[in-house]
Amino acid sequence: MSDTVRDAPTGSPSSNGLEDPGARSGATRGRASAIVGRTRDAFAATPIWAALVGIVGIGWVVVTLDGGTFFASGNLTNILQRSVALGIVAVGQTVAILAGSLDLSVSYLISLASLVGAETMDGRESMLVPAILLTLAVGAAVGLANGLVVTKLRVNPFIATLGMALILRGYIENNYDRPTGSVPESWESFGYTRMGPIPVSIFLFAGVALIVGTTLRRTRFGYHVYAVGGDEQVSVLSGLRTHRVVIAAHVICSVCAALTGLFLASRLGSGTPRVGTDGGYDLESIAAVVLGGTALAGGRGRVAGTVGAVLVLAVLDNVFNQLELDPFLKQAVRGVVIIAAVAVYAQRRKGRQQVATGTAAA
Amino acid sequence: MASGPDVPHHPDGGPAPGVGRADAADDDAVGTAVPRLEMRGIGKAFLGTVVLADVDLTCAAGEVHAVVGENGAGKSTLMKVLAGVHPPDAGEIVIDGVPHTFHHPVQAQAAGVAIIYQEFNLLPERTVAENVWVGREPGRFGLVDRARMRADTQRLLDELGERSFGPRTPVRALSVAQQQVVEVVKARSLDARIVVMDEPTAALADDEVDQLLALVRRLRDQGLAVLYISHRLREVFAVADRITVLKDGRRVDTFSAADTTAGRLVKSMVGRELDAYFPDRAAPDELGAVRLAVRGGANAVLDGIDLDVRAGEIVGIAGLQGAGRTELARAVFGAAPFTSGTVEIDGRSRRLRSPRAGIGAGLGFLTEDRKAEGLVLGQSVRDNTLLARRSGAARGRRRAGTTDVEALTRSTELRAASLEQEVRFLSGGNQQKVVLAKWLALEPGVLLFDEPTRGIDVGAKAAIHDLMRDLARQGRAIVMISSELPELIGMSDRIVVLHEGRIAGELPAGATEQQVIALAAGHHLDDVDETGDAVPGGGAPGDDAAGGGATGDATGGEPRP
Repeated sequence: MSDTVRDAPTGSPSSNGLEDPGARSGATRGRASAIVGRTRDAFAATPIWAALVGIVGIGWVVVTLDGGTFFASGNLTNILQRSVALGIVAVGQTVAILAGSLDLSVSYLISLASLVGAETMDGRESMLVPAILLTLAVGAAVGLANGLVVTKLRVNPFIATLGMALILRGYIENNYDRPTGSVPESWESFGYTRMGPIPVSIFLFAGVALIVGTTLRRTRFGYHVYAVGGDEQVSVLSGLRTHRVVIAAHVICSVCAALTGLFLASRLGSGTPRVGTDGGYDLESIAAVVLGGTALAGGRGRVAGTVGAVLVLAVLDNVFNQLELDPFLKQAVRGVVIIAAVAVYAQRRKGRQQVATGTAAA
Repeated sequence: MASGPDVPHHPDGGPAPGVGRADAADDDAVGTAVPRLEMRGIGKAFLGTVVLADVDLTCAAGEVHAVVGENGAGKSTLMKVLAGVHPPDAGEIVIDGVPHTFHHPVQAQAAGVAIIYQEFNLLPERTVAENVWVGREPGRFGLVDRARMRADTQRLLDELGERSFGPRTPVRALSVAQQQVVEVVKARSLDARIVVMDEPTAALADDEVDQLLALVRRLRDQGLAVLYISHRLREVFAVADRITVLKDGRRVDTFSAADTTAGRLVKSMVGRELDAYFPDRAAPDELGAVRLAVRGGANAVLDGIDLDVRAGEIVGIAGLQGAGRTELARAVFGAAPFTSGTVEIDGRSRRLRSPRAGIGAGLGFLTEDRKAEGLVLGQSVRDNTLLARRSGAARGRRRAGTTDVEALTRSTELRAASLEQEVRFLSGGNQQKVVLAKWLALEPGVLLFDEPTRGIDVGAKAAIHDLMRDLARQGRAIVMISSELPELIGMSDRIVVLHEGRIAGELPAGATEQQVIALAAGHHLDDVDETGDAVPGGGAPGDDAAGGGATGDATGGEPRP
């Protein structure tokens, strides 16, 4: 080097708050604190759980002041049970959104799944398993179609799945106008059985969340979902078969929706043409995913966040029901909560980005 | 400087050699054996426009081969052919004696070619380890072996001596230089035999450039063939063993770095002798009243800024990256306002808290990133030209200016197929002229130019320079920021040098690069050795080749050992 400018002071590149907490504590303070650090890391990544604790606390106070009992077992059961249907479909929606897509057809698919399941079962215990398999297969087929349209035909997912929703709606409205079929006793009891205050169906939700969450965080497929959703061009250049990843994400999403349909059939005893749309599961599931901290653009987020968000929404519902509030107010508060949450996420990101670019400029 | 006498470096300590690698390449000196990479007669045309014609390029294991040329010379296209992004129309690519035809980047990757692009191919939300192994995650039964992934990444980071971050650091938290290291680690993890770096220092701060060059040498010493694309000659001489010059898609010549000079390179890049042809500076009687005056301007980045710009004057702002040059323009314009101090425009004190306020006060700001900040790429020339005017931000000034798009674009000498053409299809120079027309539609009194000729070809640069001088002659006050010292010196009537957010000093027209650099680096002018010579051709015509950065590639006329 021949010139002096090289040695000139240029800002302060040394400040380096870059290591993530988990890694640093792992290196310096041993394994136990590594786990603490990692837990803190996970907590920081899904602040919705902190919000959940806060909302439960507030709900408890408010309900108690109102003369009710928030922590009564019947009430807890109620909260958990309400979470199951939205929870399962929202976990599936998380996968679709993480992959950079979206699914607006889940509501109608839930209705269809409840109808197909209940009709095939037709009250017969012997048909339980075949009916479940058939319903999930229908879900998988819808997801496959969604995925193919999004990837091969390059239709924007918003439009592709909206189109699928209309197709399913047309089929349902043309063929069903009232509750149809019936589920056998064993399946019906699944929706209502409890172990103490815990409804059995919550294990279905927990199982789905655990499997999907682990898949996303531990498997190659999961890594690829984050990569494709994060930057499709980078993924292509890294040799990923991005179409397959997106299609698989849609299949998972739709299978989850079909599972929700089966669960709702169990609760209602039969298939119902409006069960999905009445629940508003399409927008509600997307709202839960976003409330849980997943980026609508894909590539960033966790199933744990979605689960926390679903619980938050269920607790809110429950508190409002106990307080017997105006339903308009109830919806309005939900809306405010979702918007506020996303605003908080946006602020957090903005802060972090400033830190990052500040480092780069130094 | 050049690698020294022992040009061929070929220790076998590099990554596991891939299949089909010719052993001979490791045993003999460069030139006599099968080179690691041989590109023969490469040709490529896009829509009938020839961008590469009959280009030959070889690179041995343990060699750094620099490819230089002006913008549009075909450097990046040649590399994209090698990377499998663009299949060539003619010619062949031979790697270790084995001919390859690449139709997809993954094929080139498998053959041992790793490219580090100007725009990084990293996922900001994922960790370093996850980025390095994306698509190739180690593991079994579909489960990712995260421990191994991190350990392997750590090992590669250790090999490169990188300690400032670890495998678990999210990429979004890394600086540009650190992200480059991640890209290199990724290349190493692929067992790449050929590493291509496309303008790797374009976005680096000065101290980071040295780190990068050290990294390049390390890769070379590990037996990789490194292709180094750049137009910064100082760096090229610092790392390259051989240098190939491209011009208009053809190979002009290949030099040994030890046997050539910057002057000869520039000459073959440009195809003519360089001489200064900046427009004449303003004569003293051409300067009018002060149109822009800043007193004690300060915000998070800047402090104690005092600045006067007169009608007819072009004031250049110099400084190292991060010194606050762009921040100064943004502060004046109201995009990131001063938090204290005063701004006067045409003698009226103004509180500019937003770009809208700045526009209303008669300011125009040509940002450094015209694609992201200056233009709506998908809209027509006409709509872009009227964008600022239609905002109504300059309502109070409506009597001035014009909505006659044809007249505006004629005044900026825009060459477009029609006014309805989408600006994304225009060349960089013509895009800049649309941005200029956009501001002229408001008849601004003060124009702020931030890197006005970045990414623009030589011919178009001269046109922009002439336009800027004309605008000044018409009585406007102009502030110009540029990282290219020859351009800054050639254009400015005065140069204000920033250092760490403060004004380090002011230099009159005709200052030397040494003076600017010294002030920018925080030295006092007295410390400067005035004997230093400038590039051949002194104030070169704003040419990438001659002056790529504020560090002054031009401090040495030729490589010194």
